[in-house]
Amino acid sequence: MIALSDYLILGAILFCISVAGIFLNRRNVLILLMCIELMLLAVNMNFIAFSHFLGNATGQVFVFFVLTVAAAEAAIGLAILVVLFRNRRTIDVAELDTLKG
Amino acid sequence: MTFEKFLFYFFAAMVIFAGLMLITRRNPVYSALFLVLAFFNAAGLWMLMEAEFLAITLVLVYVGAVMVLFLFVVMMLDINVAEMKPGCFITYLPVGILIALTMVVEMVMVVGPNHFGLDIYASPVPHAPGYSNTGELGSMLYTIYMYPFEIAAVILLVAIVAAIGLTLRRRPDTKSQNPSKQVLVKRDDRLRVVKMPSESKMELK
Repeated sequence: MIALSDYLILGAILFCISVAGIFLNRRNVLILLMCIELMLLAVNMNFIAFSHFLGNATGQVFVFFVLTVAAAEAAIGLAILVVLFRNRRTIDVAELDTLKG
Repeated sequence: MTFEKFLFYFFAAMVIFAGLMLITRRNPVYSALFLVLAFFNAAGLWMLMEAEFLAITLVLVYVGAVMVLFLFVVMMLDINVAEMKPGCFITYLPVGILIALTMVVEMVMVVGPNHFGLDIYASPVPHAPGYSNTGELGSMLYTIYMYPFEIAAVILLVAIVAAIGLTLRRRPDTKSQNPSKQVLVKRDDRLRVVKMPSESKMELK
């Protein structure tokens, strides 16, 4: 049978892959946003695993809210990205240093 | 190895493969498509954990809406992939791998089989055939979690308004219709009745 730890380890691996992705893809804000989506997926996996093994549906309700907020975050993040690209003609994180003193 | 276990390992391997491919592609279109693959396989895993409603929601909302939004933006931005310098990837590769491996080892030590194994958290009994996951979630969402549910709705509304407000721009040279002026138009603004004497009968050729 599949243990709870299997799901938790999978979530941990997925989370660390996306952390590594944030380190690696400094050139592209789009891939950074996708890495954040992958991170949220890993967290949701943990919520659902605990909800399944503890027999409590509250975890699934929370995943529902996380999905809602993630959708809103993606929409606003992409809108900001579009405006940014319109003004600066780049989505390279290293070149976005206007606020740097 | 039971079929369930085979499914778990298959879906898990596909999710990890898709995640690794996502972070190593330089072209954002491929990254988005691998993220879609990751979501599909994660939905399969959620099905294994009897979270059917959320699995379907993941495919419908994420793959159907959010990822399509991502692909729209990727293709709209017209990023020159060849122009991006690959040096950054190599520079941060060692530190990225180091931090990811450290975090994996630490997390596995915490959430590993010693603390969350089958002997501590026994595998739950599967639900009866008539059980409705959607019904249970709905009965919780519309009673106990009514206010958080409404706040989630407001958050989505704010997201719509913010996304439109951010990206809307008025250009002076574009022509557009003004619906309120169109509705308020009177007959006299458009129609002019001209009085003139009737012509004599025309000859048919």
